[in-house]
Amino acid sequence: MRIGVITFPGSLDDRDAQRAVRLAGGEPVALWHGSHDLEGVDALILPGGFSYGDYLRCGAIASLSPIMTEVVDAANAGMPVLGICNGFQMLAEAHLLEGGLIRNDHGSFICRDQVLRVENASTAWTGEFEAGQEITIPLKNGEGGFIASEETLDRLEGEGRVAFRYVGVNPNGSLRDIAGITNAAGNVVGLMPHPEHAVEPGFGPDTAAAMRSGVDGLGFFTSVIRRTLVEA
Amino acid sequence: MPTIVVEVMPKAELLDPQGKAVAGALSRTGHAAISGVRVGKRFELTVDGPIDDAVRAEVAALAEHVLSNSVIEDVVGIHYEQSNAELAGEAAEHHDGYDAPAGETH
Repeated sequence: MRIGVITFPGSLDDRDAQRAVRLAGGEPVALWHGSHDLEGVDALILPGGFSYGDYLRCGAIASLSPIMTEVVDAANAGMPVLGICNGFQMLAEAHLLEGGLIRNDHGSFICRDQVLRVENASTAWTGEFEAGQEITIPLKNGEGGFIASEETLDRLEGEGRVAFRYVGVNPNGSLRDIAGITNAAGNVVGLMPHPEHAVEPGFGPDTAAAMRSGVDGLGFFTSVIRRTLVEA
Repeated sequence: MPTIVVEVMPKAELLDPQGKAVAGALSRTGHAAISGVRVGKRFELTVDGPIDDAVRAEVAALAEHVLSNSVIEDVVGIHYEQSNAELAGEAAEHHDGYDAPAGETH
């Protein structure tokens, strides 16, 4: 299975996302923001970083990139798309996901291993988890506060489209502790924390078993590979 | 050269952490009269030709769809005026006193 990772000017975690795809058993395909070619990939990842230096609004200029035309078409046609951190901000700016991300309520950049609860385990990117399962993956952002109107929040909750919620600490003031959401079809998922940084023992969050042994992020990538193989 | 100013503010009902940070600093430095601050953005768009209805319509659409995100921000003003640089230049050229630059057309 070929999973495209799009590099934008200022992307930082594109290679980490490629590595996560490889460790999950997929074939990563490096894609470029200035192209109009998705190169026949089966799924897409919009990685974390600071595209265009967060100018205008986080993710706003990247959401106007040439390749985003094809991303929006592919997402609407059902292709699995995962937006991580800056990628989530791009999906929100591209109106593939509702809501917006604003500066953390405490005003500071935050970097920590974050516990999340998987609220929806039936999206393209969460099928390997159990609903209600708690996972720990790194979080690192300055503008991760998820906001939307009360009506939108109620609708997201009612339709089961809150994919992840912060557990223990709300690290950025996100309304209703929302860490990530999915679109109605379940193929487009965005979240602020970084699953691609918790995919290999020795390089992940600490666990009770051992330092840096956490690989809770791997399930995102094995989920989409399993889903695509089953559907193929 | 004609300049169009677009002003964007975070939605009134939403948290503005930047404004809160500034307000906190003002409070800490003893400015008790200031009870709140909100921080927005001002865009100055320079137009080569005359500002006609087509340009106005284009700017209105840009303000709504690119310069702001209606989920988190509101366009609070679109003004057709001279830029700060021009005002400063004119002030330098035409005034030798300390007159304030010409008022903005709010």
